Amino acid sequence: MKLVHKDIEKDNAGQVTLIPEEAEDMWHTYNLLQVGDSLRASTIRKVQTESSTGSVGSSRVRTTLTLCVETIDFDSQACQLRVKGTNIQENQYVKMGAYHTIELELNRKFTLAKKVWDSVVLDRIEQACDPAQKADVAAVVMQEGLANLVLVTPAMTLLRAKVEVTIPRKRKGSCTQHDKALERFYEAVMQGILRHFSFDGNFVLKIQIRMDNGQINTDIFVVFLCFSVVKCILVASPGFVKDQFISYLFKEAVRQDCKILLENRSKFMVVHSSSGHKYSLKEVLCDPAVTARLSDTKAAGEVKALEDFYKMLQQEPDRAFYGLAHVERASEALAVDILLISDKLFRHQDIATRSRYVRLVDNVKENGGNVRIFSSLHVSGDQLNQLSGVAAILRFPIADVSEAEEDSSSDED
Amino acid sequence: MSRHRNVRGYNYDEDFEDDDMYGQSVEDDYCISPFIYSRQDSRQARHVETLEEAEYEEEEEEMPTSDTVASTLDPLQQESRVEAEVVPKVARMTVSGKKQTMGFDVRSAEENGIVAPSVRRGPSPDVTAAPTTETPSKSSAVNEDSAAPTPTRPTGKSKQQLNIRAELEKRQGGKPLLNLVVIGHVDAGKSTLMGHLLYLLGNVNKRTMHKYEQESKKAGKASFAYAWVLDETGEERDRGVTMDVGMTKFETDSKVITLMDAPGHKDFIPNMITGAAQADVAVLVVDASRGEFEAGFEAGGQTREHGLLVRSLGVTQLAVAVNKMDQVNWQQERFRDIVSKLGHFLKQAGFKDSDVFYIPTSGLSGENLTTRSKVADLTAWYTGPCLLEQIDAFKPPQRSVEKPFRLCVSDVFKDQGSGFCVTGKIEAGFIQTGDKVLAMPPNETCTVKGITLHDEALDWAAAGDHVSLTVTGMDIIKINVGCIFCDPKEAIRACTRFRARILLFNIEVPITQGFPVLLHYQTVSEPATIRKLVSVLHKSSGEVLKKKPKCLSKGQNAVVEIQTQRPVALELYKDYKELGRFMLRYVGSTIAAGVVTEVKGSTYPPFPTKHIAILYSSAFFDIAS
Repeated sequence: MKLVHKDIEKDNAGQVTLIPEEAEDMWHTYNLLQVGDSLRASTIRKVQTESSTGSVGSSRVRTTLTLCVETIDFDSQACQLRVKGTNIQENQYVKMGAYHTIELELNRKFTLAKKVWDSVVLDRIEQACDPAQKADVAAVVMQEGLANLVLVTPAMTLLRAKVEVTIPRKRKGSCTQHDKALERFYEAVMQGILRHFSFDGNFVLKIQIRMDNGQINTDIFVVFLCFSVVKCILVASPGFVKDQFISYLFKEAVRQDCKILLENRSKFMVVHSSSGHKYSLKEVLCDPAVTARLSDTKAAGEVKALEDFYKMLQQEPDRAFYGLAHVERASEALAVDILLISDKLFRHQDIATRSRYVRLVDNVKENGGNVRIFSSLHVSGDQLNQLSGVAAILRFPIADVSEAEEDSSSDED
Repeated sequence: MSRHRNVRGYNYDEDFEDDDMYGQSVEDDYCISPFIYSRQDSRQARHVETLEEAEYEEEEEEMPTSDTVASTLDPLQQESRVEAEVVPKVARMTVSGKKQTMGFDVRSAEENGIVAPSVRRGPSPDVTAAPTTETPSKSSAVNEDSAAPTPTRPTGKSKQQLNIRAELEKRQGGKPLLNLVVIGHVDAGKSTLMGHLLYLLGNVNKRTMHKYEQESKKAGKASFAYAWVLDETGEERDRGVTMDVGMTKFETDSKVITLMDAPGHKDFIPNMITGAAQADVAVLVVDASRGEFEAGFEAGGQTREHGLLVRSLGVTQLAVAVNKMDQVNWQQERFRDIVSKLGHFLKQAGFKDSDVFYIPTSGLSGENLTTRSKVADLTAWYTGPCLLEQIDAFKPPQRSVEKPFRLCVSDVFKDQGSGFCVTGKIEAGFIQTGDKVLAMPPNETCTVKGITLHDEALDWAAAGDHVSLTVTGMDIIKINVGCIFCDPKEAIRACTRFRARILLFNIEVPITQGFPVLLHYQTVSEPATIRKLVSVLHKSSGEVLKKKPKCLSKGQNAVVEIQTQRPVALELYKDYKELGRFMLRYVGSTIAAGVVTEVKGSTYPPFPTKHIAILYSSAFFDIAS
């Protein structure tokens, strides 16, 4: 993301102009937007014209509109952001108060004006514009018969494809069905890798997967995104599936003369995971071999932080709090050392609730605590969401008060 | 005695709530179930109705008691209790079984008054309840069946209904079937031991064995020759590690054994669970050689985890094969040492001392497998049975043949001919060729064309059998491993959210809400999250210690709500003991065992069922087993 212009008054009202450059920037923008903000961006509008003779024609015009935001939709698969609202600046095509939906586009600037820019959104802009935080990692988490192809960017974990093939068990005297199905499974995963991960910027491969039995989403209309180039592909599985798959992959690559794979051989990395389900990605990102290679991805940092929280909960339950009411109490006592909070909470449309979270973050920062805002798209963020979205590791133990517990848990429901 | 405490601490409200539900479903059935009483005229039907309502009221009063007894026999509690207590309870329950005779009376009254066919599998309470009266004494069952007209199927088919108990006894020359799983730490010699046993029994012919010997020698793994009998995929042989459950059968003097050879490697525990979930008894193999036993037994080894797993999955009888004894020169001290260490642990895990048997063996040299060993070092101090004798001596468990049909799919594959095959163990009820069955969660019906048990085609199969069914009328894609085939009239419920009682094992991180786990239920492994921590319970009495706890730590007994991503077909533990158990795993280790107590928000409306009858009979089975 590029920051073109920033104009924020003393009372925190003002506007910011940004240019999204990557699909991930759409996610950042999604987190910046709130109902009631005004957004100005270039868009396409279908305009009806009536000629003097009375015949009606319609044409599509590119125009710049300013909307008062009403609804915000983010499609995490295609990374598209649609913003619906009413026009607040009349122009020749669109009347005042008319509804319009802007679909934000990459590499076109937009201007966002808010009545209040709080610390959380400003941090978010800073983070989005930081060029150092860019490392895309692709991961294939698999077990026999199940593979999840995942793309991990600093702020998002995107499930690109899920391959599920029923593999018959070995039976007495006959393993052919098992072996055949396994082969078919590996083939499907290989095609998935080729189709969904781009190894160099302008590479597009079209493959149609035909499977008589395997359950693969044969979506023919694949959206190719301008994700930055994949730095590394992690292949993770329990047992020997990963090794078997890698040897299959390169054997096939040689046979089919698939240069793209052979050239990128060094990018593949084999890691252990306990299962092929998506949440096992957490273990993969924790693996010391992976962290060494990826130095510091945000995703890995988040996993680590959540793990620390659980460790603390085990060792000193009075130093690990979760649930808004609990954490707020701890924050009032200046006890919060590390605050883990999910960005989902800041997307809350109710301003009072949202500002309660912002206040919590500000308080913790003021008192010298660390704040880690988790991306709800990451696996660890997802888990934190389930855990009421906010958790804290405290500096010193605070005894559990049970009546406060009752109302905090009713909050969570 | 803790039982009294338990009765007092028991939540009666819950029972009455349940009763309400049951009451309704019973009434529903009278009104809408057209086929059950289709052959009776309305007057007679009304007659039956009044009779049964009387019976139902009787039961309502009894309900809490029987339920409490069922819950005291819960394995989670049982584990922490001295087993001796359970035995007197069993006796008392059978004696005070007044309501059973009650059910009996009602049924005979119906038979005398009405010439209507008695429905044996239909969802009517008298029928499902009646067999329970048969079970205590086999002779009474026979008498009754000869007295009653041969029951026919409610659907009006001309096919004769089987007397399943009697047929089951006749089958295979009176040899009961037993499902045996072999467990233990990786490289303890499970596959070799069983492979050798199969060879000695003549289930593997000499030529094949010779071939394996030659080939394994060529591969530089001569000692793996016997393991190759069960490890058949190329990958398993190359690596010398069992990866998936190997299945085969053999016969002993008095039993037919379905053998499942589970993998010992940590990463393949999900496969091991699918095997163990289908087992009645287990053989735990431990390596006796110096250092190896300790490696498998200490934290991180699979001996403990496997032991806990099979116990939680309902295995009560265990033979421990202390393997590779030849490597320690058949020393008695070593054997004793291992026995005392293991014995302590197994007792903690919930095995009765009288149900655990220790046998010194050597898988590679084949000592003490099928015949008592003649090695002087061993005979000097060991006079007990050999492994095969011990397997033969296992008591076959009670099978729930009278309950509605349930089969857990453990494998799906295409075979020659029409349709496709599914394999799995029949957990309850029985099946005949031509029957229509319902597969859940896809909620599709199909027809059973063929039944195969141990590679032999059969007309019927009953609970406990490990069969493969050839089915038609359904797309193979819809069936996954983990589906449950059931009786369309008494379908299993599929849900994504359920409440369960769990017992936490030795876990490193505490469990909070939102904790992601892998749910292993029968053959299913499905990602799930713990949505709610409802309460922490007292380990033995079941009293609620704390509501809405912040987190759960090791060794605690708790009630939680679990949400799965996709629907899973579940049964309550009180209805089906076999189908109510599950395991939770997290990052490669087993964190908890649990039983389903309540199904929430079922995705498919359950068919009108006679819960009373099921509950009623299950209470009995709990005691019988």
